[in-house]
Amino acid sequence: MKVPIRWLKDYVDFDLSLEALVNRLALAGLEVSGIKHWGVPAPEGLRLGTEDPYPVWDKDKIVIGLVTKVDKHPDADRLKLPTVEYGSGRSITMVTGAPNLSVGDSGQKVILALSGSVLFDGHATPKVLKELKPGKIRGITSDGMVCSGFELGISEDHDGIIILENDAPVGMPLVDYFGDSIVEIDILPNKARCLSMIGIAREVAAMTGGKLKPYEHKIKAFGAPITGKVNVVIQNQSACPRYTASLIENIKVGPSPAFLKRRLNQAGMRPINNIVDITNYVMLEQGQPLHAFDYDVLCLRAKGKTPEIIIRFATKGEKLKTLDGLDRELTPETLIIADTLGPIAIAGLMGGAETEVTEATSRVMLESANFDFLAIRKAMKSLALPSEAATRFSKGIHPDQVIGGANRALQLMEEFAHGLPAEGRIDCYPSPKPLQVIDFSLIEAKRILGIAIPLEECTKLLTSLEFKVEKVSNEMLRVTAPTNRLDIQVGVADLLEDIARLYGYDKFPETRLSEQLPPVLIDPELDFERKIKDTLVNLSLQETIAYSLTSPEAESAFLESSKPAYVTLLNPISSERTVMRQSLMASIVSLTQANLKHTECVKLFEVGKVYQKVNGQTLPVETYKLAIAICGPRNKPFWAQDQSTKNNLNFYDLKGIVEGLASGVHLEKVSFKHGTHPALHPGKSAALLIRDKVAGMFGVLHPKLASTLGLDNHEIIAAEFDLLTLASGLPARYISKPVSRFPAALRDIAVVVDQNVSGQTVTAEIQAAGGNILKVARLFDIYQGDRVPVGTKSLAFALSYQADDRTLNDKEVDKLHKKIEDRLKHVLKAQIRGKEV
Amino acid sequence: MSELDSLKNRALDQLAACNDESSLRSWNTNYFGKNGEMLAALKKVSELPPESRKEYGQQANIVKEQLSASYEAALKNCLEQAMLKSLETEKLDISLPGMPPSSGKLHLATQTLRDIQSTFAEMGFQVFRSREIEEDEFNFGLLNMPPHHPARDMWDTFHTTDPGLILRTHTSPGQIHVMRKFHPAPIRVILPGMCYRYEAITTRSEIMFHQVEGLVVGTNVSMTDLIGTITAFTRKMFGDSRQVRIRSSYFPFTEPSIEVDMDCIVCGGKGCPLCKKTGWLEIMGAGMVHPEVMKNGGYDPAKYSGFAFGMGPERIAMLRHAIEDIREFWGNDLRFLSQF
Repeated sequence: MKVPIRWLKDYVDFDLSLEALVNRLALAGLEVSGIKHWGVPAPEGLRLGTEDPYPVWDKDKIVIGLVTKVDKHPDADRLKLPTVEYGSGRSITMVTGAPNLSVGDSGQKVILALSGSVLFDGHATPKVLKELKPGKIRGITSDGMVCSGFELGISEDHDGIIILENDAPVGMPLVDYFGDSIVEIDILPNKARCLSMIGIAREVAAMTGGKLKPYEHKIKAFGAPITGKVNVVIQNQSACPRYTASLIENIKVGPSPAFLKRRLNQAGMRPINNIVDITNYVMLEQGQPLHAFDYDVLCLRAKGKTPEIIIRFATKGEKLKTLDGLDRELTPETLIIADTLGPIAIAGLMGGAETEVTEATSRVMLESANFDFLAIRKAMKSLALPSEAATRFSKGIHPDQVIGGANRALQLMEEFAHGLPAEGRIDCYPSPKPLQVIDFSLIEAKRILGIAIPLEECTKLLTSLEFKVEKVSNEMLRVTAPTNRLDIQVGVADLLEDIARLYGYDKFPETRLSEQLPPVLIDPELDFERKIKDTLVNLSLQETIAYSLTSPEAESAFLESSKPAYVTLLNPISSERTVMRQSLMASIVSLTQANLKHTECVKLFEVGKVYQKVNGQTLPVETYKLAIAICGPRNKPFWAQDQSTKNNLNFYDLKGIVEGLASGVHLEKVSFKHGTHPALHPGKSAALLIRDKVAGMFGVLHPKLASTLGLDNHEIIAAEFDLLTLASGLPARYISKPVSRFPAALRDIAVVVDQNVSGQTVTAEIQAAGGNILKVARLFDIYQGDRVPVGTKSLAFALSYQADDRTLNDKEVDKLHKKIEDRLKHVLKAQIRGKEV
Repeated sequence: MSELDSLKNRALDQLAACNDESSLRSWNTNYFGKNGEMLAALKKVSELPPESRKEYGQQANIVKEQLSASYEAALKNCLEQAMLKSLETEKLDISLPGMPPSSGKLHLATQTLRDIQSTFAEMGFQVFRSREIEEDEFNFGLLNMPPHHPARDMWDTFHTTDPGLILRTHTSPGQIHVMRKFHPAPIRVILPGMCYRYEAITTRSEIMFHQVEGLVVGTNVSMTDLIGTITAFTRKMFGDSRQVRIRSSYFPFTEPSIEVDMDCIVCGGKGCPLCKKTGWLEIMGAGMVHPEVMKNGGYDPAKYSGFAFGMGPERIAMLRHAIEDIREFWGNDLRFLSQF
């Protein structure tokens, strides 16, 4: 809502600087989002977004002038030489090319800029501020200029100079005449009443303790009564609670007076003719949209009968050519104004072309009606027709507003369009809206606000917004809501909103909650997720958060074909984000790929949700998953390190991370087995099992997929685990082991076994034989080649023997070591290297 | 001069001539090694007639002690000299870069969420999470926004192909879930989570973002408590001298509704590009829980009252770290993420 300050002051006097006004409005819930100045300097303290420079109208140099004569330029046909008087007998002659000033003209009031004025250069785009300097144009001296709106910085119009109203005072500085600031206020949905100058003025009056000036306007003379000249039938009361029709005869359609056009321009509307402009002006002033029909056209259509206005929903197939010249197909959801012949307007949105007010119109039927916000919202959406009127209706207007709006329009039409209003009006209001009366308890107010605002203060604040307040007792008020409000719905809470903001939140103390604490919420999943994240960060992985919106194509290679149905968006923003993801591995691989463009070593993880529809359930399931992806050299490049050999991260790095994670969060019953996953290399992938249940898969990205993704030069190792399954491995508690104070005996053992015997099997046998005394069995080498028989491999382990209660002697260690060797020989048919040849 | 004396003099002369550790060590081998001269001289005792043995033995031991002591002293002195010298000569170029450690970080959004959570935890707030794909009823209807309510325009919504199922536009549906779960017990929770809006992705707006909602319900909860709580939060997060400004606002699920600003963390209120010259930064919306919402959650609004607030962790992180482009968050560029 654009509010010119001078216009606002028609309804309320206030003594606030612009800065203070903007600040007060913001605190009261009317945030100013922009400001435009018409010639006045921006106040120093005004804090609003950066503005483009604009001309500030110098009091002495930009003034109102009177054209006394216009002579011909001796050398140029297009140019003219107006002489302009600007008070105290001063006058000046200059050269102009303005098309709306002709040789021989006189008597026009114009805006004169003298040398030294700073204005927009009329010939430069983008706009440039330029000082007007005396000069010669085609040989004639020109020390001033008659100005256009463009040069003054108030319109985009280059076409002609501004011709002011006849009573504009010659010599008056323009800035005093209509210099102004126009503040743009964001109107929240509960403040629909503020989509009008009076609505804003009422707020300003309430917040400053000022008084709203009376805005009733008397009509001087009425014509014959309206009775029998138009009938109104409302077919759907819930969509149109009230419809009034007034008649104005004797009208002369023409341009609006300059002040009215100027105000419309300031408020962002385009002037058309006096009748249409007046309907728009009243809408801006009062918030009530109006529509003017050419009454003679209605009579013609009625073919001699009394025109009948019918408010109904359109029937299928009905059409209407609207004001904008478009033939519109109407749907049965569109509320229309019709007569007996058919549609003549789309209710609240736009009039029809046929009944439009034109130069030829002499009688106008003025509609001031109330339409339900729902009906208008639906029509506005289906026809994609937002307009100032539709916006207001769609947010809700009280039906009582129609009368003030109609009266004001009649009065303006009488004044500015020579109109003669018919006496009376047709008012169709079948079920008047009851007054809203609320019992307002001060105890309740204190309970919600936390401070006691005295009864007198509450009364004063509510009265300032036109609530009627009666004192019932020392703690109770009976409050009647004014008929400009539709937002008073639940009662006391709504009143508290107005009281609190007008009282001022800055007067509210800060208190600490005294309410008792609720029972403790236990969320083991949240705790687990936190531990998982911390552990992976400790293992040098970077957390990521990817979009949960993706496309089936982007992740099809990562999912089994039997995957559940997708949660699909009805209105996606792009073809890349059409469904809710089911694979976290797909998104983390994609992030890895993106990072590989600029980073050599990428190690990422994400804990996030996947979303799956479940047959027979309304709500999809949302499941937390953990995804990991690593790729690149194991070590960061460093100057003090040999860089000739690059060790790239491989399957075992990821397995190490998985093991580190499992031990880091103390998971129990962790095991691994070969497994397959559509996105992973079948020989280089594994399943992680927790208590024998598969928690997820990890491994090297399938070469075929890697190639499809354009990752031929990179080996990505990726994982995806189900968080709940991981959590199932959490023990209730875990037990610490004592640290032995006795020395350890270290021995190595190299075991040659069949190549198909897994490392895990060998380790398990060693541990079984070593028992408690064998503290560590660490694999340090694997060898396959000439020095061992074909079809076998050698595994070398570093063993550490240590007792908790004594220092082991050589004999004991030898005996145990022999036991291990024997078991390996016996169970795995192993050879112990270096012992038997 | 006896043989022993000449041995001693020769040895001492040679010892004096040693000028580094290795020459000292070879001196030691010469005299005290397996075939060393000193040992040889000691062994000689057995070749002497019995009457001379005692004296020779005593003399030889004295020489041995003297040489040994001289050697230890010389060695110690030599090592110390070497060490002193090394202190002067061994000098690292400490300007060279260190070995880059392997490191990973939590995502900035997670870090910010944790900061917010721990700040509220200190005030007794617990974490409650709820689903992202919601029924229209929970996202709007039960929050006092029946179908076609004008306030629904405040949220651009992603709808799914299942009628009535949407991606939540805010964490507020969690208010209903938590109230229905715990009524009539008092509530003091924050509801963090991902939300979605049907919007163009620009430097300032995203289709996906975190929100942290707060909800307090009880028999003794008021607007001044709300102001106290969020002021405490703001000072803990942004510094204890922060000024907080409360503006009237509107949300369908709170009444009265407020907007909370703090004085700009860059200019302190003077006006700068960050605060768009206003001196204030908007940090959250809040208000007293609307009586209808209380009812929908199972609490009698005549007896219970509550407050709610909502903030955007990404926006808070952007303010704290001067991040200009919200797209950085889900872009997940390591060069961005590793900075935090």
